[in-house]
Formats: sequence, structure tokens, C-alpha cells
Amino acid sequence: MIVFKRAPLMRRLTPRTRRGLLLGLLFISPWLIRLVCLTAYPLLASLYYSFTSYDIIRAPRWVGLENYVGLMRDSVFRQTVYNTLYYMVFGVPAQVLTGFFLAVLLNRGIRFRSLFRTIFFMPSIIPQVSAAVLWLWLLQPQFGPFNYLLIKLGLPSQPWLSSLTLVKPTLIMISLWGSGQVMVIFLAALQDVPQHLYDAAKIDGANWWQELRHVTIPIVTPAILFTLLTGSIHAFEYFTYPYVMTRGGPAYASTFYPHYLYENAFHWFKMGYSSAMAWVMFVVVVVFALLLFGSSARWVYYAHEG
Amino acid sequence: MKQQQWKAEKYPVQEHISPLVRLWGRRPRGQATIQVVQKSIIYIILLTLGAISLLPFFWLVSTSLKSNQQIGAIPPQWIPNPPHWSNYPEAMAFVPVFRYIRNTVFIAAGRVTGVLISSTLVAYGFSRIRWPGRDVVFFIVLATMMLPYQVTMVPLYVLFTKLGWVGSYKPLIVPAFFGLPFFIFLLRQFFMTIPEELCDAARIDGCSEFGIFTRIILPLSKPALLAVALFEILWDWNDFIRPLIYINEMEKFTISLGLSLFSDQHHWQWGLLMAATTVSILPIVGFFFVAQRAFIEGITLTGMKG
Repeated sequence: MIVFKRAPLMRRLTPRTRRGLLLGLLFISPWLIRLVCLTAYPLLASLYYSFTSYDIIRAPRWVGLENYVGLMRDSVFRQTVYNTLYYMVFGVPAQVLTGFFLAVLLNRGIRFRSLFRTIFFMPSIIPQVSAAVLWLWLLQPQFGPFNYLLIKLGLPSQPWLSSLTLVKPTLIMISLWGSGQVMVIFLAALQDVPQHLYDAAKIDGANWWQELRHVTIPIVTPAILFTLLTGSIHAFEYFTYPYVMTRGGPAYASTFYPHYLYENAFHWFKMGYSSAMAWVMFVVVVVFALLLFGSSARWVYYAHEG
Repeated sequence: MKQQQWKAEKYPVQEHISPLVRLWGRRPRGQATIQVVQKSIIYIILLTLGAISLLPFFWLVSTSLKSNQQIGAIPPQWIPNPPHWSNYPEAMAFVPVFRYIRNTVFIAAGRVTGVLISSTLVAYGFSRIRWPGRDVVFFIVLATMMLPYQVTMVPLYVLFTKLGWVGSYKPLIVPAFFGLPFFIFLLRQFFMTIPEELCDAARIDGCSEFGIFTRIILPLSKPALLAVALFEILWDWNDFIRPLIYINEMEKFTISLGLSLFSDQHHWQWGLLMAATTVSILPIVGFFFVAQRAFIEGITLTGMKG
């Protein structure tokens, strides 16, 4: 049997393709540098550090799986994982639902639409630290407006941010206040729903709920996927609000993953330990994204594809 | 007899549209009541939610104009009388807000420049040049978009420590010159809507790829470039964790860091704190009002397909 060896890549390509390849790589070279230096290298370095004990000042000391075992034994770590999962499971769908709900309302052909859109969008563009400080005041137990309103309604005032049970729901409530960005994404997606589908539904006698369920929602499933995905990624990065408002308290009830990672790295200089945390997060994110995308084939409907 | 041509434009019919019809729209007779009721409910919901959305801002400004006694007063005044304007100069004495704003603007300006230069080049390479493997590599760009910052945070910090950049603005500004996946994605989607014929015509006329890039693509992309700049500015104003780990000296603080520090040290002085928070929000809110349309268009550009 004669086996033909294929010519090396550069010779196999036509001159035009070769030129295209070189040009293409040239244009994307800034990003390539970023990929190598700021993404791939840190990722691999992080993996290496996770098997060491490293405080930057002294050289890394190999410790094998000690960090990972330590994580599993660490009760604060477990609490952190629980908190982040809590936020993901309750907070992210709530944000998507709220944004979707607002967008559907605004899409109804009402007047003052852009005014309402601005009103709902505004809270999501102010700096998170400013919003966090503002909410610190609103939820202030003795003098804050929220508790004052509660008292006026005859309800007991709540220790919102210092209560073990209330602190996470409170943080989720605050994040709902900022779901304007999700709303805008759904507003755009809703514009794409072909009018003739609504007309057909109306002819068939559909009421608003049936219309929503059988026309609107299926068409916007790509936007739902997008917002769920980006919302979940943000949930993994959820840092500013709890750090500014509660510093993780009370008793780690509002310590989320990024905060604990940050503390380990920059307060206790346990770079190895926090790198282990980072890699656990990386694996979880990859698995989660794969699951979400994999499942999406079953429930996402792309209207513009054949 | 002269024939008079009846032109519709000469005889505009002034239809009297009652305000109620303006609000609720016209409907054929049988459906009138249901539609009116539906729309009324929607308006009520929107007004309620809109009020809830705006109320925190109202309380922000209201509290910022109260002295400590007025804050402690029960029931709290909705509009402080007399307004305690001195909160503002006092807050500025504690927090050099203008310096922090200047620092933040400096960082944002650097980053916007870097992002505009690099992301456009890279996006061009992914959209207007054909080369083998292009779309596979673009998929990698999308994948890196989903990486939470914490995954690479620690090794990046170690890298910047070894470079001696920690404590300066370099770790914040320099990476922007290597393309940001989100903007690469946005710009690529936008570039792909520019007709191929324009570029082909230029190529036939002997224009280099870079020439096509600067003379055809860029001028046509102004709305997308504007959206990119706006997003980056908004993001920089908001950024908390990066300045937190890389900036140590108080004079170099950004507005987020400064406000957070002030909140830590003086959180019982609510009037001053709210005044500082208001000042931190005002530039970005004003900015948003001016550039509203571009903002929303930008988000539309991204959420479309996902």
C-alpha cells in the first residue's frame, strides 16, 4: 500500500488563502497576545499554584492535593458554596423573570414607553458601590425608610442585613431592583417576534396567557438562554454588594465565592489555597455552561434558522 | 372648465383624537372594554413598579440634604425643611470626590482608547478577512467571555507584582489594549452587517486590508464604536474589585474605592454619606441621559442572537 504524505500546511494552501491567514492572524494578534498571556498562562499558572503553598514573597512550595483536601474540610468554604448556589438558584431566575415581565409589559404598545424604560433601566447603570451604600441606608434598622414604612404599616421592623435568614433574600431583592439590563435585552428580543404569529393566535381565539405561552416565550428562548447564562456568570462573580454592605456577615451568611477567594488571596496571602478555589470555580463554570448549552437544544427555538 | 386636481396634502383632515384614545388606543367595538381594562392594569402595575424603582433615588437625595437631627427625627421628613446643603461641601472635605472622579476618568479614557483600537482590529480580522479556522477561533473568543474574573485573578496579580506594576494604573489600563472579548463579539456582529460589496470594490481598486479597515469599515461603524465606548466608560466607573486589589494609595483611588472607604469609616453619618453617593452617581446619570439612545442600541446589538 502506498501512503501519500500530505504536503505541509503552508504549501497546501493557495497563495490567496495563505495571505488571508497571515492577514487574519495579524489583525487578531492583540487578542492572541491576550489569550496567551492574560488567559491561558494565568489559567495554567493557577492550576500549578493550586498544588502549592505560595505567599508571593517566598517561592511556591509543592504540597500536592493539600489545598483541595483543605477546601473540602473548610466549613467556611462549604458555606460559601452554599451561598453562591443559593444566589444562582433563586437570584438569577428571579432577575430573568423580572426583566422579562417588565419587557412584556412595556411591549404592549403603551404610551410613555421610553420613559418607563429609562426608569427601570437607571438603577442598573449606577455604580454598584453607590447602590450598595444607598441600600445600606434604606435598610438601616433604626432610621432607614424601609423599616419606617414597615412600622407605619404595623409590621415589625426587620434587621435586614444582620439577620441570618434575611440577608441573602435581601441581597436578591436588591439585585432585582437592578434588572433593567435584562429588561432591555428582552425588549429587543420581543421586537423580533413576528406580528403575524400574534395575529394568527388572535384569530384562533387565544387570550393573553396563551399568547404569551405559545407565541412570545418560544420565540424569545434564545434571549432567555443568553440572560440565564450571563446572569449565572455574574452570580459567580457576585462580590461588590456583599463586600460593601455586610463584609460577608453575619457569620458568613453573605460570604460568596469571590469574596472568600479574595480574602484568602489578599488578606491571608494564601495564593495556593485561593488558586485551588479558582480552579474549582473554573471546572464548575465549564460544566455548567456545557450543561446549559447542551440542554438548550431541547428548549431553545431559533426562529431565523431553517 | 378647469379641472382642479384634488391633492390630499392640501386638505389635511384634523382628526380629533381624545386623550383617552391616545392612552388606550383604538379598538373595534366589542373588544373595547377588555382592552381598556387590560391596559389600565398594565399602567397601574407600571406606575407602581416605576415608583418603587425611583423611590431609592428620591430617598438618596432627600437624605443627602438632612442634618443628623433631621435624619433621627421620627417620622422622617420626605422633603427636608430646611435643606441641609452643607452636607455636600462637608462630604467633599472628607472624601476628595473630584480627585477620585478625575482618577476614574483617567483610567476610563485610557481603557476606551485601548479598547477601541484593539477590539476593532481584532473584530475586523474575525469578520472581513477569510482565513481557515477563523470561526473556530472565534468560538474560543466567545468561550473566554464566560470566564469569571476570579479564575485568573490571582495569577494575574502575581504576574503584575513581578512586573512591578501593582500600585499603578498599568494593570488596569494596559490589558484593554489587547482586545476585550465582549467588544470583539459586538463589533464582529456589527461588521458582518456591512455589505461585502463595498470591501470587494475597494480591494479591486487596490486598497490594502488595513486601508479598507480605516476608510470603509470604521467610518460606517460609528454607532457601534460609540456603544463600545459608552459600555466601557460605564464599566470602568462601576469597576470595584480591580481597583481594590491593584490600587493602594488613597490619592489614586477611583470613585468606587473612595466611596467604599468613606462608607467604612463614616457610615453613621448618613447625610454626608448620601451626599457623597449622590455626587458619585451624578456624572454617570447625566452621561446616561445624554447618551441614552446609544446605550440601548448597544445592548440591542449584543442581546440579539446571543
